[in-house]
Amino acid sequence: MKLKIAALALLSALSLSAQAQTEIQWWHSMDGALNDWVNDLAKQFNASQTAYKVVPTYKGEYDQSVAAGIAAYRAGNAPDILQVFEVGTATMMYSKGAIKPVADVMKEGGVPFDSKAYIPAVAGYYTAPNGQMLSFPFNSSTTVFYYNKDAFKAAGLDPEKAPTTWPEVVSIAAKLKATGSQCPFTTSWMTWAQLESFSTWHNTPYASKNNGFGGLDARLEFNSPLHVRHFENLGNMSKQGLFVYKGRAGKAITSFTSGECAMFVGSSGSYATITRDAKFKFAESTLPYYPDVPGAPQNTIIGGASLWVFAGKPVDHYKGVATFFNFLSDPKVQSASHMRTGYLPITTAAYKLTEESGFYKKNPGTDVAVNQMIRKTTDKSRGVRLGNFVQIRAILDEETEQIWAGKKTAKQALDDGVKRGNELLAKFQAANK
Amino acid sequence: MEKRVLFRSTWLPWLLLAPQLLVVGVFFFWPAGQALIQSVQQQDAFGNSITWVGLDNFRTLLNDETYLASFQTTLIFSVLVTVLGLSIALLLAVFADRIIKGATFYKTVLILPYAVAPVVTGLLWAFMFSTSNGVVTYGLHQIGVHWNHLLNGNDAMALVVMAAVWKQISYNFLFFLAGLNSIPKSLIEAAAIDGAGPMRRFWTIQFPLLSPTTFFLLVINMVYAFFDTFAIIDATTQGGPGKDTATLVYRVYFDGFRGMDFGGAAAQSVVLMVIVIALTVVQFKFIEKKVNY
Repeated sequence: MKLKIAALALLSALSLSAQAQTEIQWWHSMDGALNDWVNDLAKQFNASQTAYKVVPTYKGEYDQSVAAGIAAYRAGNAPDILQVFEVGTATMMYSKGAIKPVADVMKEGGVPFDSKAYIPAVAGYYTAPNGQMLSFPFNSSTTVFYYNKDAFKAAGLDPEKAPTTWPEVVSIAAKLKATGSQCPFTTSWMTWAQLESFSTWHNTPYASKNNGFGGLDARLEFNSPLHVRHFENLGNMSKQGLFVYKGRAGKAITSFTSGECAMFVGSSGSYATITRDAKFKFAESTLPYYPDVPGAPQNTIIGGASLWVFAGKPVDHYKGVATFFNFLSDPKVQSASHMRTGYLPITTAAYKLTEESGFYKKNPGTDVAVNQMIRKTTDKSRGVRLGNFVQIRAILDEETEQIWAGKKTAKQALDDGVKRGNELLAKFQAANK
Repeated sequence: MEKRVLFRSTWLPWLLLAPQLLVVGVFFFWPAGQALIQSVQQQDAFGNSITWVGLDNFRTLLNDETYLASFQTTLIFSVLVTVLGLSIALLLAVFADRIIKGATFYKTVLILPYAVAPVVTGLLWAFMFSTSNGVVTYGLHQIGVHWNHLLNGNDAMALVVMAAVWKQISYNFLFFLAGLNSIPKSLIEAAAIDGAGPMRRFWTIQFPLLSPTTFFLLVINMVYAFFDTFAIIDATTQGGPGKDTATLVYRVYFDGFRGMDFGGAAAQSVVLMVIVIALTVVQFKFIEKKVNY
């Protein structure tokens, strides 16, 4: 009996020492086909070495996982890596010691890190004013236009010709409705696609101070005549049944994949889910624009998320994180991820590798996202970086919903959105002096 | 005749009360205290920089017209949930009381919704009424009703009220049934012999004798409508469209955890606490007088 206990104790001691792997906790918001992608990345990394084990955990949608991460930090239980959407960048940036800049993590991990290898529009968004890269760009997307080729054919339209301007979208939607479509056009991520990306695509300011890059005293400017005109158009489309509102955030995507809605504005990262779930031929094209606006089309805005590293972790955790980020930066891994998901290739090397492989020729439309982003950005089109942005987006969701419900005019809704949003910006400025 | 227990030692009563006091202390007084402290502070999301701002958070709340509108939303919501919940449950309890065959079956089926978690309840109802592929939405379309809770505030309110009431009916039903069972059958039979019809018997005998149960359930339902319905609203409409279904408790979550404004959310929860305490005091002071024990 005593021998058995001794043997058991020895065995367990041995197995414990074999499991001296450092676990890296990674909290993310990737669901659907993207969840498979994240798990595969972790599996691939874990199989390639034995010192570290990355454990990905799905924590809900983007805003839920940020809330979970912050709550965990307050409780002293933060994960190592947190995937935070671009909208939460300002909150994380001004967090005064809660996060560890990625540049520092890579240095401590002894991993060479060249921020110039990354696509400027992507890296620039996650860089501090002093040039230090704060978070690791992971899944950067942009707004694109998807349409149901089979539905176009059935309505007598040319399935290979995508609408490139908003007037074209309206006339195609009218034809679709005339032939029986219950939902010619819808959009997901209303505020991201129709306000933020709309602004950068037309080289029009969304907020002052270069959309917030220039300082905490930036204030909102998306109630300009162009923005009001666009929302009046959408409002008219909604009244005529050409545009059907299908909910906040990414809820509308199932309306497209089910075939209910024929045209859809969404994230380039939805490509994976649409390919998996749509049982019809579809195509990806550029975001529509107003041809009479000077400077349009400029470039669309970045979306998606980056990986932030929390401060206060032991040194070997940072070494593990650095090794993982190095793995993720490998052009082969990047290129494979880009081809699988529709998210942008983060490095120029990955983009070239994908191009050389002939992927873009075999799958027309998959380079739309990259082409929209790889242009030289202007001060008004680099992106939007504002505090309390999650709240501001929620306010805009509420205000624009009043337009579709017929309760407010486009001008009223946008004016109210600016007023309420500016109050939040003032609060953020006061809290982060 | 009141029964009083006399303790001769000075520490035994305290010892016996200690577990309960501990629970109340940890789960009510401590969080409430923290909320009071946080309501006079302005913090950044991570809690690293804290500034004392006095009553600024409260002042901002009173100047926010959407916050004042949420008082009205909460009032409409809780009145609807309480009135519908109590009346439907009472009706079902009265019917269930009179059934002889299959009584257990009806009671089990009627009590079952109580076992469903609030989030699941919300999701179930959101699914049935989904604008794209909801079963009920389809049926309503056939009879010409265009249901859209994503855009129509009244539809959204109807949806959350239905989901909240469905769940609460079981709880109320259970208590009403027990209350009805405790009424001596002799009273009802005597009234029947005297020629009183079923309606008369109900309103003059059963309902007054049910008043302790009704009063208790009134308080419980109000608290339920104010606080426990958060999960249902989050699962169905997330306070939308606009802010049409954002009750006070939902706003606390939204401003605190989505918007990272802990000071403002704490101030809101202090206001909410004051309201519910006031309501309970009012109920106990005035309505309890009419209760016949």
